[in-house]
Amino acid sequence: MSMNNQGRPTGIQNTDSAVPETVTGNRGLQIEEPLIFEQDSAGRCGVDLPEVPTVGSRLGAVKPRGRIGLPGLAEPQVVRHYTRLSQKNYAIDSGLYPLGSCTMKHNPRLNEKMARLPGFADVHPLQPESTVQGALELMAELGRWLATLTGMAAVTLAPAAGAHGEMCGIMAIRSAHDAKGDKGRTKILVPESAHGTNPATAAACGYAVEAIPATEDGRVDLEALKAKLGPDVAGLMLTNPNTCGLFERDIITIAEAVHAAGAYFYCDGANFNAIVGRVRPADLGIDVMHINLHKTFSTPHGGGGPGSGPVVFAESLAPFVPVPYVVQDKDGAFRLVEQAGDGPAFGRMKAFHGQMGMFVRALAYMMSHGADGLRQVANDAVLNANYLLARLQDVMTPSFDGPCMHECLFDDRFLKGTGVTTLDIAKALIDEGFHPMTMYFPLVVHGALLIEPTETESKASLDQFVTALRALAERAKSGDVAYFQGAPRLTPRRRLDETAAARKPVLRWTPAVEPETVAAE
Amino acid sequence: MRYLPLTEADRRSMLEAIGVPSVDELFRDVPEAARLSGPIKGLSNHMGELEVDRALSAMAGKNLPAGSVPSFLGAGAYRHHIPATVDHLVQRGEFLTAYTPYQPEVSQGTLQVLFEFQTQVSLLTGMDVANASMYDGATACAEAVMMANRVTRRKRAVLSGGLHPHYRDTTTTDARFIGFETVVMPPAPTGGEDLLAEVDGDTSCVVVQNPDVFGHVRDYTELGRACQAKGALLIVVVTEAVSLGLLTPPGEMGADIVAAEGQSLGNALNFGGPYVGLFAVKEKLVRQMPGRLCGQTVDADGRRGFVLTLSTREQHIRREKATSNICTNSGLCALAFSIHLSLLGEEGFTRLAEINHAKAVQLADKLAGVKGVEIVNGSFFNEFTVKLPKPAAEVVEALAQRGILGGVPVSRLFGGGLDDLLIVAATETNTESDMDAFATALAEVL
Repeated sequence: MSMNNQGRPTGIQNTDSAVPETVTGNRGLQIEEPLIFEQDSAGRCGVDLPEVPTVGSRLGAVKPRGRIGLPGLAEPQVVRHYTRLSQKNYAIDSGLYPLGSCTMKHNPRLNEKMARLPGFADVHPLQPESTVQGALELMAELGRWLATLTGMAAVTLAPAAGAHGEMCGIMAIRSAHDAKGDKGRTKILVPESAHGTNPATAAACGYAVEAIPATEDGRVDLEALKAKLGPDVAGLMLTNPNTCGLFERDIITIAEAVHAAGAYFYCDGANFNAIVGRVRPADLGIDVMHINLHKTFSTPHGGGGPGSGPVVFAESLAPFVPVPYVVQDKDGAFRLVEQAGDGPAFGRMKAFHGQMGMFVRALAYMMSHGADGLRQVANDAVLNANYLLARLQDVMTPSFDGPCMHECLFDDRFLKGTGVTTLDIAKALIDEGFHPMTMYFPLVVHGALLIEPTETESKASLDQFVTALRALAERAKSGDVAYFQGAPRLTPRRRLDETAAARKPVLRWTPAVEPETVAAE
Repeated sequence: MRYLPLTEADRRSMLEAIGVPSVDELFRDVPEAARLSGPIKGLSNHMGELEVDRALSAMAGKNLPAGSVPSFLGAGAYRHHIPATVDHLVQRGEFLTAYTPYQPEVSQGTLQVLFEFQTQVSLLTGMDVANASMYDGATACAEAVMMANRVTRRKRAVLSGGLHPHYRDTTTTDARFIGFETVVMPPAPTGGEDLLAEVDGDTSCVVVQNPDVFGHVRDYTELGRACQAKGALLIVVVTEAVSLGLLTPPGEMGADIVAAEGQSLGNALNFGGPYVGLFAVKEKLVRQMPGRLCGQTVDADGRRGFVLTLSTREQHIRREKATSNICTNSGLCALAFSIHLSLLGEEGFTRLAEINHAKAVQLADKLAGVKGVEIVNGSFFNEFTVKLPKPAAEVVEALAQRGILGGVPVSRLFGGGLDDLLIVAATETNTESDMDAFATALAEVL
């Protein structure tokens, strides 16, 4: 054995690789972390605040608040707590995150830097307009990019997320019918393959939802659609490219049929990233579409938000754009229109003017790519997805013939008779160091596996994913069910009991001993 | 292009593997009439980081950051000091660039944060359960009303005149399109509205705010009891979360639902968004809640872990029968809220609230000394309304020209009317010299 001259061994003495049970439960870099409430020491504080100025109280007659129950920690403990928790997350920064329909692309840090400029981050939404001309200019400029990329006439930036944008679009459609005095339209048509938010939005707005079946090739059944169109239909909600990852070939015919029936055509723009810079939705006959800035335009998903869901409107619906919106006066000054007044505009849909922090990030991304780069984004996103489809089609079962757009869809026929499920494949992928694909969506195929690599993956990253997935598919076919059902084994937690969680929900921490009891002792 | 890893050689070999001659071939399902042959006109081409930074910094430079001058704006968005730790931690890529935690084995970080967030919100509001956040306070308010409609199977909501007009308008927009009735009380800058007189057998809820939009501190205990007697729910809105460090929590006043804005903790002003809606309810209402919920469970080895739960309420499972169409929450803003509150702890949060109140008292005393200025409020937390001898919008503009952001004109919030009223806020960020500068400038412009 080699030693250095302080006697420290520098060679390897034991090659036993069995994972031991540790005293702490920690496993090297994977550290067990208690709840923050379990780290409380009364009187400890992670901020230094000045003495409270001595003044009389003007709180009125309310009784003073008792103990709240917040834990006391010093700053280093707080930093360690959240750092350790962060290490239990998979993220785009860590690796391929091929969640179909979610567009987990790289989140550039320039965007973060720009959003934190004091001129954007430290501006109050109700400052006088003369002090926020740059913020209003940024909103106008983002609106111009979105309108130009989609070919649309008007934009609202107000909606806080994609589903909120859907709500906005359906409200505009309703406003347009109302303005014509047409009260007989009680239905919204939604394809079976749609995101769950589509029927939920239509139903929330008081419409009856009618499902449109898909054809054998994964697209809207045009004849079935035509049969359902009539004077009782307010609109069609369609995702394009659709949730099977396919472009709706008949979309222009669909738009014409919808318009001929006096209805409006809402497009769920969640998958706009596949066609940005190559196709303008206005040229497809779409009347209104939301855009997820956190998908196509790279703003971070943040573990579930915040999103941002601007909506673009064709001439047909432009008069109904909700407040608030930015206008530019003849002298070049920007102004916010905040009140709907008696005009056709509706609103508002949230407090203030929209997700400004997301606007800055999205514009930074758009400017970085430019018109030429955004076209390349669509090209590479589609190329990457088709490459995966080509490399996996002989071991898995593609649901439809290609080419696909930005994502490729498989179903679980390749697992038939193996005892292994889509869920098992997903969990085994986790042990291989990948985030799983979207599972069991869309609902139009059995055991769906929807894979969206995005344009920010390298070929080497895709090849590694292909190697892993091919090996898992082969392993499943070899009958190694136990391997799959036990997966994942290498994660901070193994499979979690969701049934138990729902049966008797524990939705918050509660102290084992009431604080009052402690105080009384 | 710096965000695109594929090389030309990669693209060629991948096209070969696919078996098509060009990428255009992959777009063959696009109708020919809609295919663009080259980059869209009217937009710039790609730029380096330096160029983008320069262009956006120029735009940012045209704004007046609130922190660069004495600033007293509130009315639903408050400028507080955010410890450096908060922004550093939320920028960890494992939080920033993760998706919704649908795969719990690789999302325990986000899930435990949400579980702790739900607990913190429950504690602050004095309620039993909170969800994993909403878009903002205003949308939380509208969702609270719709939830009350579901729970009571009634369709008439009474909205206090002390409710922030953006919250009111967000709710009435939903009312118009979703189909329920709202009784909107006129703005009540001096209080004294009789909400109970509006409650009848069809009333699903009464929505009040504390402190109200004019800054008055209210006790809704009696109203809560009376609502209960009539089968209506009491919804309490809070726009300044820091007030919960000092005031009786809504839960103790008998609130059934609390809809609040959490921006004050951990989140910058950001010109109005993104913010974080807080949503808390009584235990018995939990299955009617909108939005995501995180719950505790165990894993295959029996260890404590967390998952998203009760998702049978949600759109991705229930589709048209969901309790709400909401999909996204405000994850990262909730994280910032949670980290800030963890740093503050019991002692820090309480003291922060006390400082805010004391600062507002100091400011009120200074402004009361300005000729022609009248303090409207008998009670307040860190925000109050003043009556001016001139239209407040003009005064605010004149103050801005003197480098003071002097509050929010009531006329701007309500879209006209009450022209002489100005809503003024003070926080721990305001120094005594800020206040003196404000009082001096106000005396000059009046």
